[in-house]
Amino acid sequence: MIRLDHVTMTYPRTGDALTDVSLELHKGEFCFLTGHSGAGKSTILRLIHMGERPTSGEVRVSGYSSTSIKSRDIALLRRKIGYVFQNFRLLQDRTAAENIAFALEVTGARPTVIRSKVGRLLAQVGLAAKSEKLPSELSGGEQQRVAIARALVHDPLVVLADEPTGNLDERATHGVFDLFRSINASGTAVLFATHDLELVRSHGHVRVVELDQGRILSDTALEGNA
Amino acid sequence: MYALKEAVNAFRRSPVLSGLSASMIALSLFVIGLFGLAAHNVRLVVQGVESRVEIVAYLADDAGASSIQLAQQQIQEYPEVRAVRYVSREEALNIAHREFEELSTVLGTLEGNPLPASLEISLNPGMADADAVRGVAGRVELYPFIEDVRYGEDWLDKVFVLRRIAGAATLTLGAGFAAVAALIIGAAIRMAIFARRDEITIMRLVGATDGFIRRPFVIEGMITGIIGAILAVLATWGVYRLLSGSVFELEWLPAGWLLAGLAGGALVGLAASAIAVRRHLREIVT
Repeated sequence: MIRLDHVTMTYPRTGDALTDVSLELHKGEFCFLTGHSGAGKSTILRLIHMGERPTSGEVRVSGYSSTSIKSRDIALLRRKIGYVFQNFRLLQDRTAAENIAFALEVTGARPTVIRSKVGRLLAQVGLAAKSEKLPSELSGGEQQRVAIARALVHDPLVVLADEPTGNLDERATHGVFDLFRSINASGTAVLFATHDLELVRSHGHVRVVELDQGRILSDTALEGNA
Repeated sequence: MYALKEAVNAFRRSPVLSGLSASMIALSLFVIGLFGLAAHNVRLVVQGVESRVEIVAYLADDAGASSIQLAQQQIQEYPEVRAVRYVSREEALNIAHREFEELSTVLGTLEGNPLPASLEISLNPGMADADAVRGVAGRVELYPFIEDVRYGEDWLDKVFVLRRIAGAATLTLGAGFAAVAALIIGAAIRMAIFARRDEITIMRLVGATDGFIRRPFVIEGMITGIIGAILAVLATWGVYRLLSGSVFELEWLPAGWLLAGLAGGALVGLAASAIAVRRHLREIVT
């Protein structure tokens, strides 16, 4: 479903962010992407999201290739990819429900569809009672749940999570992580970038890809441990 | 539907910025409106003058009645000519008595009638430009029994030059101000895009197409253009009311011009925002 083939990413000012990275993520898989900050985790997520094209090599996502995808197709591809960030990226002047509805509105969904879907997603992330709260009235964990609900509006094939627990306390971290696990249990693949080794270690049975200075250091799937 | 709602919301969210850009467009179009008003009235004056342009061909005293009649018929057939009227010597004297009362006594003391007979040639409206007038006068002059042809050549040329200058000035300044208005809309759209960069980032993130992202901004630009044009019409009307009757007698702009102004405002707004949004959306990296 997702495949990086000998991908190198070089930025003119900072040099190589990724060097000859090959990686495959299958349908319904859960995978940790770990490494120090600057190891190349976010770059991989951006490449999968087609926000950037690799300097060399190829990124293939759900039938689209980074070497040939057109800008309109990028928009359509992104409807199959949920994206969650460390800093939530919610619109501060809109309520929880409106933030989720926004993602549907701007992709042309009908109002009746929007209403039912927003209600269902808020219930799924445990925020049905707080649908009318603004982000500033929600805790960090709750804001991240709204962001996760937004990432799920198009029933994506995969959710990319870029340090989603980086701004959360331990309790909220576990709550959010459990939410990702339940999303994965329903068939959605999750690529979970984190430098929280504690979190990774406490889920020993999950595939872990470790990055260091833009190279893959280890991949438990290849070592037969997954 | 979403695009229209968002475009209208944009005015609610940032009324100062939207108001500012609409007023700047209004100011630009207002200047065009003033020049339009001036140009329209100059045109009316020129048209009035033109419709009164007349060529007078003075006849020799010994011209025969039949040749005069033949010439009258031939001249009547020129495409530029509306009417040819024969003014006999007696009629000319009567007119002189009537129109120059102060000269009546002088005229009365004269023995006989010193005034020649003439052909008064009026031209079709729209055909009365300097070249046409000169052409007709030249051809009429060729008749052997025509002694002199008069058509006020000096002021005729001046009126036509004046008209051409007014036309060129309106066009140049109009285009200049339209360009300024377009730049202002472009800057306003840029600020609007910057103010909404978070939304745009998220729109891109969740898979909105670029066309969809652009649409509200383009509609916003068009609405700004129309609002600006309406304000400009109101301001121009204010000036018209202020001047008309007190300083000059002015004619208000024809409806077609006002519609063209509104359409122009909308078009400038639309084009400027379409270009601006295309350029500045690239600056927002998802």
